[in-house]
Amino acid sequence: MERLTKAIPLGITLLACAFLLVPIVMSVLAGLTVNYFRGLCSGLTLRWIGEVWDLYSDSIFLSIRLALACLAVTLVLGVPAAYALARNPGWGSRVLEEFVSLPLAIPGLALALALLQLYGSYQGFRMSWTFILVGHVLYTLPFMIRSVLSVLAAIDLQTLEEGAATLGAGPARRFVDLVVPNAMPGILAGALTVVTLSVGEFNLTWMLHTPYLKTLPVGLADAYASMRLEVASAYTLVFFVMIVPLLMAMQWASARAQRITT
Amino acid sequence: MTLSLSNTAKTFPDGTRALMPTDLDVVQGEILSLLGPSGCGKTTLLRIVAGLERADTGARIAFNGEDVTYLSVERRRIGMVFQSYALFPNMSVRGNIGYGLRMQKLPKAQINARVDEVIAMCRLEPYATRAMSALSGGQRQRVALARAIAPRPRILLLDEPLSALDASLRNELRDELAILLRQFGITAIFVTHDQNEAMAIADRVAVMREGEITQIGTPETLYRNPDTAFVARFVGDAMPLSGRIVGEKLHLAGGIIQLTAPAEGQQAFVRAEDIRIDPAGPVSGRVETVTFLGTHYRIALSGAAPDMLFALHGGLSAPKPGESVRLSIAPEAILILPPEEDNP
Repeated sequence: MERLTKAIPLGITLLACAFLLVPIVMSVLAGLTVNYFRGLCSGLTLRWIGEVWDLYSDSIFLSIRLALACLAVTLVLGVPAAYALARNPGWGSRVLEEFVSLPLAIPGLALALALLQLYGSYQGFRMSWTFILVGHVLYTLPFMIRSVLSVLAAIDLQTLEEGAATLGAGPARRFVDLVVPNAMPGILAGALTVVTLSVGEFNLTWMLHTPYLKTLPVGLADAYASMRLEVASAYTLVFFVMIVPLLMAMQWASARAQRITT
Repeated sequence: MTLSLSNTAKTFPDGTRALMPTDLDVVQGEILSLLGPSGCGKTTLLRIVAGLERADTGARIAFNGEDVTYLSVERRRIGMVFQSYALFPNMSVRGNIGYGLRMQKLPKAQINARVDEVIAMCRLEPYATRAMSALSGGQRQRVALARAIAPRPRILLLDEPLSALDASLRNELRDELAILLRQFGITAIFVTHDQNEAMAIADRVAVMREGEITQIGTPETLYRNPDTAFVARFVGDAMPLSGRIVGEKLHLAGGIIQLTAPAEGQQAFVRAEDIRIDPAGPVSGRVETVTFLGTHYRIALSGAAPDMLFALHGGLSAPKPGESVRLSIAPEAILILPPEEDNP
């Protein structure tokens, strides 16, 4: 009886894991087999990965560049914004915080449409990678602000700053010496979230991209639509290699930030 | 440094008058304590001196005669110890203590020398490289003091520096703080709601109530010659002897007590140490509770006055609860004060 009460949950857990993992394993294997339709007996190869690199390395570099630029912008905008919200608690700040979070609730497509309506007529901007950057910043900024804000809200910032002020530190010094170092766990968690989201973002980017500007997920859609299944699967493998370590780092960093806020 | 405040008041945006117009002078090297219950305006007054709060127009705050009323906190060159210490969690003990010196852009060697000196003064040598989270409450308190004192401020301001500590540690650190402050020789203002702290540390105590300084003087003056019933109650826990005063006689429920002078229309107060259990005493009372405190007994007595009276009894044995005893109070030990208007 006791063995059964242990075996049943274990079985269910393993089934759930299989449900999540089997498609991934299938896809990865498809990217490494010589001929998917003949199965594994046709042999393993890295040829498809090589082909993905030849065809889509630009997408990989564009995605990395976009993610880093997006990170830089969200840091510059998000950290001071979170600080301002933390220092001025009140209904005004609450409203502003909700307002900043609005892009999370709106489908990426609608957001992209709004951007196209607003900036679409500026040809130079429309064709540039910075246009996609604007979309990514809009989408990821709330994550940075919320992450930093939750850490700052847990610290008695006002008293710390008053302490520094009595020792002769002006507002800029206090921001650099106290606010940024003490918000670091939140900044780190926010940064990893922003990079992960930016690399994986599809909805919005798909609407904004041009034939010469395909990010990693847009390239993936393209590969599925127009290439052999093995190439598309190899592409998925490349995507995993990039996104999984980021995802793990993000989990670790948010767990760390969580520990500080509680 | 001498501090002088004139016509200093504070009204908060919601209309609360936290501080009535106040004048105050503190001389070079003096340690002044602001003593009062919570909400009496003592912390507001301290924060105005620090520059963390702006006084209402018309105020003048001078350090050594120099007007600092509109000087920002960063440039006032004060040192402050906060109730919660406000230590920087991202810096070590050395980092915290050296912060004010770094803000003054002193050469590194000079900063290090001063930090070492202050660390030695506050006996923090074993903890110099520790993080704030690795310090006990008493050690944090010393780091906060060291950090405030390191940049050689013109005045040291302490906001309830001992209230975050537990009771036994508080008594120990109270004496230590008194010694350190004397050693620094700095002008200091010390805010507290604990009369024992104020008495132990300060040269002069200002008792505050409802945004006003009601009396200012040495601990002895406040204890022996309080101006008001509030001060008598707050400093030394005086108890009212409510009865009828006719000429030089105080008629209590339990008997008649002789006063030193006619005091009609006034109110009499007495402290627990001045009530004696005396078989020949003029007043009778009933023992309600007896608490043994080691050096003496604390006896609660009913029947002598409308309120319960407490007597400190130094004998080797004490009367039992329920017994009737006779009490005497020396006429010169009775405080004659104007009657209390409110807060009876």
